[in-house]
Amino acid sequence: MAEMVTLTIDGLKIHASAGTTILEAATDSNIYIPHLCSNEELAPYGACRLCMVEIIQGERARLVASCIFEVADGLEVKTNTERVLNVRRLVIELLLSRNNKHPALRKIADELGVKETRFPVEQKGCILCGQCVRTCREVVGVSAIGFSGRGITRKIATPFMESPPDCIACGSCVYVCPVQVIPMKEENGVRTIMKYDYPMQKCRKCGQYFAPKKQLEYFSKITNLPLEHFETCVGCR
Amino acid sequence: MKKVKTAQELKILQEEIQNSRDPEKPCITICAGTGCLTYGSQKLVDNFKAEIEKQNLNGKVEVRASGCHGFCERGPLVVINPQKILYQRVGLDDAEEIIKETILNGQIIDRLLYIDPVTQEKILHEDEIPFYKRQMRLVFGMNGNIDPNSLEDYLAIGGYSALIKVLNGMEPETIIEEIKTAGLRGRGGGGFSMGLKWEATRNAPGLPKYIICNADEGDPGAYMDRSLLEGNPYSILEGMLIGAYAIGSNTGYIYVRNEYPLAVKNITIAVEKARKLGILGENILGSGFDFDVVIVRGGGAFVCGEETALIASIEGRSGEPRAKYVFPAERGLYNKPTNINNVETWANVPLVINKGAEWYRSIGTENSKGTKIFALVGKINNTGLVEVPMGITLREIVYDIGGGIPKGRKFKAVQVGGPSGGCIPESHLDLQVDFDALSKVGSMMGSGGMIVMDDRTCMVDVALYFLKFLEEESCGKCTPCREGVHQMRLILERITEGNGKEEDLKTIEWMGKAIIDGSLCGLGGTAPNPVLTTLRYFRDEYEAHIKGKTCPAGVCKALITYTIDPDLCTGCMVCARICPVEAATGEKKEVHFIDQNKCIKCGACFESCKFDAVKVS
Repeated sequence: MAEMVTLTIDGLKIHASAGTTILEAATDSNIYIPHLCSNEELAPYGACRLCMVEIIQGERARLVASCIFEVADGLEVKTNTERVLNVRRLVIELLLSRNNKHPALRKIADELGVKETRFPVEQKGCILCGQCVRTCREVVGVSAIGFSGRGITRKIATPFMESPPDCIACGSCVYVCPVQVIPMKEENGVRTIMKYDYPMQKCRKCGQYFAPKKQLEYFSKITNLPLEHFETCVGCR
Repeated sequence: MKKVKTAQELKILQEEIQNSRDPEKPCITICAGTGCLTYGSQKLVDNFKAEIEKQNLNGKVEVRASGCHGFCERGPLVVINPQKILYQRVGLDDAEEIIKETILNGQIIDRLLYIDPVTQEKILHEDEIPFYKRQMRLVFGMNGNIDPNSLEDYLAIGGYSALIKVLNGMEPETIIEEIKTAGLRGRGGGGFSMGLKWEATRNAPGLPKYIICNADEGDPGAYMDRSLLEGNPYSILEGMLIGAYAIGSNTGYIYVRNEYPLAVKNITIAVEKARKLGILGENILGSGFDFDVVIVRGGGAFVCGEETALIASIEGRSGEPRAKYVFPAERGLYNKPTNINNVETWANVPLVINKGAEWYRSIGTENSKGTKIFALVGKINNTGLVEVPMGITLREIVYDIGGGIPKGRKFKAVQVGGPSGGCIPESHLDLQVDFDALSKVGSMMGSGGMIVMDDRTCMVDVALYFLKFLEEESCGKCTPCREGVHQMRLILERITEGNGKEEDLKTIEWMGKAIIDGSLCGLGGTAPNPVLTTLRYFRDEYEAHIKGKTCPAGVCKALITYTIDPDLCTGCMVCARICPVEAATGEKKEVHFIDQNKCIKCGACFESCKFDAVKVS
């Protein structure tokens, strides 16, 4: 059993297991800290910088990303100081300059009292939180997509900007995206993610299209079971 | 040289080499650092060698191609030993004359001597030249005495004495205490205590432990590390050996940017020769201590100078930093305890061990001990690398060593610390250069870049330059840096184009604080510094751009016009000839005229007019 520590968040005494992050401890105690790039199923990434909090250790006060910083005994955390709010307001205005439409971003902006971004808006959609890339790598395990480009040219990309050879068309990236900018549709037995087509498998029993062929091939490969085993939809098994 | 198996054998070898060298033997040292090489000094080296051959002086006169001597403004540099006569701006064809006149006939070639600009006197010896006289070249000064590819040369000047001392019975804890007591702080910009880092790495649980030399020097205008690695690679290896021994590490990495081919070449040769001698590899000098070095080249990213991004790069991952809530000393390369230090910091280690912590403490200020090498560049008479004791004032560096501002222009500011640092105005010229004093005025020591600016420098343009640099170099992971620096650049660009808005200055200040607080790593964390310091000390210049739509320094192209004053123009036609777009026209001996529709504001006419007839408004 993990060692317990006692910390204070906004004056409230909280007990948490060593090894948990400030964000996790806060969420468990119903203290809200905005965040976009963190996800329970993924390793902390610390890129969006919305979850910044101010911590006081001894005489020093500094800002840290609560999704990464681990709790410690005696840690004093403040989630809404002027410095913290300034960072959050800048971050949300910067993200709005890439996507000023999605409700998830507008909600955070409202909470922070930010009506509109002062920066010129260039609708890029993606906020580069990396959840899609990290999900594909850590949860799905195929790393079909990644980042390309440095700095402001950074974007989500497939190898050589071509059809990703390792993609199993599971759609996890589509589901996990907080601003829903990865397009997916299904038509005539073909699932299209981004601009790449993936033929669907018809169920041997009911004849309905139910899963991309590549996904089933992947299941067959990692379980070492024959492909035929997977070619029946869940309803008909 | 055959392998040495004990510290005693190395000491004997060192003494043998020293005894075999005649200090009175004439030795012509030619600077072959990258700077002088671009002047063609390799040809000069070849010419000297050919002339020695021709004159049958082989064995009687040495020719040595050394690393950078530091007085880059005056290259190609040649020093005649043992007299230490300095010849500057040597012509590539002067080898023959120098050998005939100075080596064989003992005659000085006057035209190659340095002339003191104040006294107008010709100066014969290197150490009498004001540029060198005021420096304290403890680390960098050795460059002139060695051929960087010669292990014998390094041993001849006492190289590896510190290693011998260490392996002859200094305990790791004692070594660490010595470095701590000496007060040696990181020279790469962080300024953190080297001794404390070594201690933390030594005490961290986990094996193996790694040490890294950060040679990814990326600040524009900084080339101290390049010159150290090119000119004295063995000193870095010696420092790393001692550090590895103290920490308990068997593998060291030298991460050097690929844009430094000569440094890569020379450190590679040094490592190979060190291995052959037996001072790298297994059971070094019979101590039971194994240590070897891996050289890794950077792929062209400023951000890889950041230690966690550097580590990611060595691991084969994209050079992206990670949050430093756990330091590399605890979990670094391959998640193992790792100590990473800058080139210059490593190069200081043998000095501390040889001379002792107390001696080292006698140099510098209360909290900044030892010397620092600066790259003094920009609008300065004596461009080059200078090594000075901590605590020297900026004024001394700029005027006494640097020789002041050329072309009779006025000092305006000095940028210290590169893109992470700040501009310091004339009112602070008496600041003592040390870690703490510079942070107090909003700047930082940084890695040693010192860019001097005159009254024809626009401070808004300077801030824009650094923002553009950082925008391109940002790894792109975190929002405040990737988007924030980009947006800040857009704002500054608008201001330099005459499209600044009232609220821009408040926006920049607000953004600056938030970017500093919110960024993931030091790149973003210090990116606003150039903007914020120029705003702090030169706010009127920003306001002139925004409210007056003018550029007082006469730089921002959209806001200036070049015109010819008819009262001063003599019709000499120099501007008409030099103008790349034929905007400046006129007949001989008739007043010239600039066509504003064609003018591209390059400033060539302004720079070339001897009568001051071209005006910037």
